[in-house]
Amino acid sequence: MSYVIEVRQIYKDYQTAAGAFPVLKDVNLTIARGDYVAIMGPSGSGKSTFMNILGCLDRPTAGEYFLDGHQISQLSGNALAQLRNKTIGFVFQGFNLLARSNLLDNVSLPLVYSGVDKKTRHERAEQVLIKVGLGNYLNSRPSQISGGQQQRVAIARALVNEPRLILADEPTGNLDSKTSEEIMQLFDSLNSEGISIVLVTHETDIAEHAKRQVRFLDGKIVHDSYAQPAVMEAS
Amino acid sequence: MFTAMLGEAWHAMGANRMRTFLTMLGMMIGVGAVVMMMAIGEGAQQSIKKSISSMGSNLFIVLSGPPNTGGARSATGNALSLNVKDADAIGELDGIAGVAPTTMGSAQVIYAGNNWNTTIIGTTPSYMEIRDWVIDDGYVFSNSDMRSATRVALIGKTVADNLFGDAIDPVGKTIRIRQSPFMVVGVLNPKGQSLDGRDQDDTIIVPLTTAQRKLFGNQVPGSVRMMMVQAASDKAMPQAEEDINNLLRQRHNIREGSDSDFSVRNLTAIANTAAETTRTMALLLGAIASISLLVGGIGIMNIMLVSVTERTREIGIRMAIGARERDILLQFLLEAFVISIVGCVIGILIGVGGAMLVKNMTGTDAVVTTQSITLAFAVAASVGIFFGFYPARKAARLNPIEALRYQ
Repeated sequence: MSYVIEVRQIYKDYQTAAGAFPVLKDVNLTIARGDYVAIMGPSGSGKSTFMNILGCLDRPTAGEYFLDGHQISQLSGNALAQLRNKTIGFVFQGFNLLARSNLLDNVSLPLVYSGVDKKTRHERAEQVLIKVGLGNYLNSRPSQISGGQQQRVAIARALVNEPRLILADEPTGNLDSKTSEEIMQLFDSLNSEGISIVLVTHETDIAEHAKRQVRFLDGKIVHDSYAQPAVMEAS
Repeated sequence: MFTAMLGEAWHAMGANRMRTFLTMLGMMIGVGAVVMMMAIGEGAQQSIKKSISSMGSNLFIVLSGPPNTGGARSATGNALSLNVKDADAIGELDGIAGVAPTTMGSAQVIYAGNNWNTTIIGTTPSYMEIRDWVIDDGYVFSNSDMRSATRVALIGKTVADNLFGDAIDPVGKTIRIRQSPFMVVGVLNPKGQSLDGRDQDDTIIVPLTTAQRKLFGNQVPGSVRMMMVQAASDKAMPQAEEDINNLLRQRHNIREGSDSDFSVRNLTAIANTAAETTRTMALLLGAIASISLLVGGIGIMNIMLVSVTERTREIGIRMAIGARERDILLQFLLEAFVISIVGCVIGILIGVGGAMLVKNMTGTDAVVTTQSITLAFAVAASVGIFFGFYPARKAARLNPIEALRYQ
């Protein structure tokens, strides 16, 4: 199996007072290992719901989803938590760091839930913090560093358990263009190390960092193509 | 993992120190009240038990009653309807361990320059066994002392202290009771307070015959106002009571349907009632104190619910990066548990301190038992888990997507 993500005929609806409201209508998508995909689309197109399903935070109403070869609909809540912990790294728009904890503890948090001992946790957290360029801020709190640095911490947290896949939901949405560019370069270099990346964005210049663009509209994929080499070189 | 969570719980508690302290305060007051109230209850029970065991076991007291003639009746024990022969007859009954006919009066007692007013008990040597009196020093007068009505006396500790002080050994000394010289032949081992608070050691015991002939006089020879009767066992008591009644009515020629000229009282039953009352009081105190423990628990639940709501987003983050339901449950449960345990430990210290304060300031016995501390600890721990469980479960069941979106 060379696909990290394989989605077949996924259908998702929400129950509202007016009846079932479909959000995803029979979506099919495969993402190969090492791929770098930008998911785009207007609000309400279903891209966030699709990301939640990819991240094992939500389950589809119908259809099949294989993550790294695991059939997700068959798995228990605990098994899903384990997959989120070991296979996926999340990066959010609002960084979502724990304000009370220092950077080292924030980054080691996923390792707590994998049962890694404290010494190893801190060693590995320190390594990834150095990797994202924050080796000098191990004991700082999130409020003491800039937004771009906070997003680097979030990326470090996503990396600490050596995941196959990074899911990033509007990772540059709260950042200025210069910082956004730096964060995207970090993603580019992670992808070049072989980590699959799926990111949601509605900014074209951000999406152009990815190798492949997928566009959602009204719960369906309306566009799926690999970027022109010319565009990639230009960025 | 567990130690990591314990650290997190400590961290979370430290983030809101005032709130955590106030929540703990509820537990402290609850546990402190329970420990203190149980100490006071236990102290009361122990002092009652001591009084009861000092009284002697399986005891009846037979009092001569008002003469059965109608008209004005005098108080129980004033008429002289019982006599020494009645006592001998009761002693012959099955199930009776001993009988001691007794007469009492108060008298001024003098030794050298000291004088003291005390209760004089005239009785037979069997009184010593029935009332469980032990001689510290000297010997008990004998039946031959009874026959010859010798002037010998056993004195209680209080009397000995007041007449002789610490320096002089009373045994062998001569004291004067109502001007008559008596030789002290023994000092009684102290018993302390009786159930009704009298000092049982403020007494002098002399032979019955001596008391009647040489101290208080005797209108009817051989008559006594009361008798102490000891049943052979606890089980024999109801039958013994009935037998004593029947025997005395027969001996006193009382017709069926007429009132007796004596009364039999079961002292042990009275004592047991007192013990039961104290036990009930102790339970009541404990129960009232437990309510504050319950209120403390509700305080924990309240704060944990607030905490879960405040930290909804944090819970979402934790779930997204791989926390299982039970990890979240354990985290919040542990936090409630730590609050209640820390509150409990401080509460125990407050309770023990309070009990000591009560003891010193009021003189009431307050006994802190390890049992009461263990109980308070166990209850507090269960309260923490019980009231922490609902908020923790609420946290664990949050939908991660909604939790992440929560502002």
